[in-house]
Amino acid sequence: MKRYSGWAVFREGLRGQTGWSRAWRDPEPKSEYDIVIVGGGGHGLATAYYLAKNHGLKNIAVVEKGWLGGGNVGRNTTIVRSNYALPHSTEFYEHSVKLWENLAHDLNYNVMFSQRGQLGLFHTPAARDAQAKRANTMVMNGIEAELLDTEGVKNLIPHLDYSENARFPILGAVLQRRAGTARHDAVAWGFARGADERGVDILQNCEVQGFLREEGRVTGVETSRGVIRAKKVGVAVAGSTGHVMAMAGIERLPIETHKLQAFVSEPLKPLLDYVVSYGAPGAHFYISQSDKGGMVFGGDLDFYNSYAQRGNLPIVQDVAESAMAIMPCLGRVKLLRHWAGVMDMSMDGTHIMSKTPIDNLYLNAGWCYGGFKATPASGYHFADLIANDRPDALTAPFSLDRFEKGYAIDEKGMGPTPKLH
Amino acid sequence: MIIIPCPFCGDRDHSEFSYGGDATVKYPALDASAEEWYNAVYLRKNPRGAHTEYWHHVGGCRSWLVVERDTLTHEISSAKYAHDGYGDSA
Repeated sequence: MKRYSGWAVFREGLRGQTGWSRAWRDPEPKSEYDIVIVGGGGHGLATAYYLAKNHGLKNIAVVEKGWLGGGNVGRNTTIVRSNYALPHSTEFYEHSVKLWENLAHDLNYNVMFSQRGQLGLFHTPAARDAQAKRANTMVMNGIEAELLDTEGVKNLIPHLDYSENARFPILGAVLQRRAGTARHDAVAWGFARGADERGVDILQNCEVQGFLREEGRVTGVETSRGVIRAKKVGVAVAGSTGHVMAMAGIERLPIETHKLQAFVSEPLKPLLDYVVSYGAPGAHFYISQSDKGGMVFGGDLDFYNSYAQRGNLPIVQDVAESAMAIMPCLGRVKLLRHWAGVMDMSMDGTHIMSKTPIDNLYLNAGWCYGGFKATPASGYHFADLIANDRPDALTAPFSLDRFEKGYAIDEKGMGPTPKLH
Repeated sequence: MIIIPCPFCGDRDHSEFSYGGDATVKYPALDASAEEWYNAVYLRKNPRGAHTEYWHHVGGCRSWLVVERDTLTHEISSAKYAHDGYGDSA
């Protein structure tokens, strides 16, 4: 595998770009692997990468029913942040941001991680108190955060709606400067290339259709490309978690599948150099500008169970209204595309990374709509869980049985209603 | 837009409705075991396909409906009142 570098780009420029090889192989499935990861999205590929890199394991396959980057890793709004309030989540997401900071070097692949800063706006005194508490929590956990007033926000982004008649008057924001965005496809491709380089077989167009089981443990998967035996199987399939786990015999989980839409506008000249988000009664919105110039934004779920990877019109209207409420200058910008991904909405709004009641079967799910920023840490800790057959200290709180034991991690305090997280 | 055939109002856009979640969940008696309550409160079948679910017609007749909808295609095969006997005289 050739390393990518400035020198390589220069040399290939002189050689007519004839020296590049494919970034990962397209192998035929072997009949048996030590570990099979179901789901070739960001989390599955990252898991395979860290299994190979951190644990020295080689005989691994990632099975993906479609193509790499075709699911949520290619459908999100690319925001990376760690502004969480509850203890376990704070540590987990901060670890993820730290992995992001070195990810391009680690993978030798430019994931275009841009720490442009994220502003979480607030619009009422009560929301300011809540955000101040959040900022203090972050600071106490060693994560920098700044509380800005209206002037402070205005200095950074002069063209939000600061007028007296604003639907959501901007009283200030919490700023996390190390937050930002990354190129989502590059994350999938970078992890795929890194895993492949270390010997992982990435099997695309290979849909899992059943599980092999012997005496209460999983011994492999039946796929559209044949039976693959495995000593351990990890499942990281986001919105399809319920469907896949039912095939393994786990019929009911604390997860509902909902769809979330995302939007991108026509490319504009530089307009917004921060990630801006806000949530208020009746509005939920987050926006950034991609390197190509498109305004990338999104809002709420469609609010009903769905496996359809396409959005519905009422939310298009909601999101457009939310955009206009905060950035009226977007009013005449044309929408280029909108689409939906299927989210594994958990009962407490927090992910599940856990052993399961079936031996040798591991579950990585319930990321709600925060899965992208978690990609490196998810892979890192899920790999550790699978390799060692026990959760590490950072992963243990995210167990599947936490709901039954009364240890739900409910960041928003919404209770067991997945669509509200 | 999903068109929900409300038995009282007729075909209406789903934006008139509020989604109420899985209608197959049966809450146990108040003094039931913690495990039974855990099952009812936290565990869902979450099917990819036919799903029985509640919708509340908040922007219309305000009836709670039980709707059979496919979660992959959004096709609705039936919609009826959530309460037995309700609306029989309508």
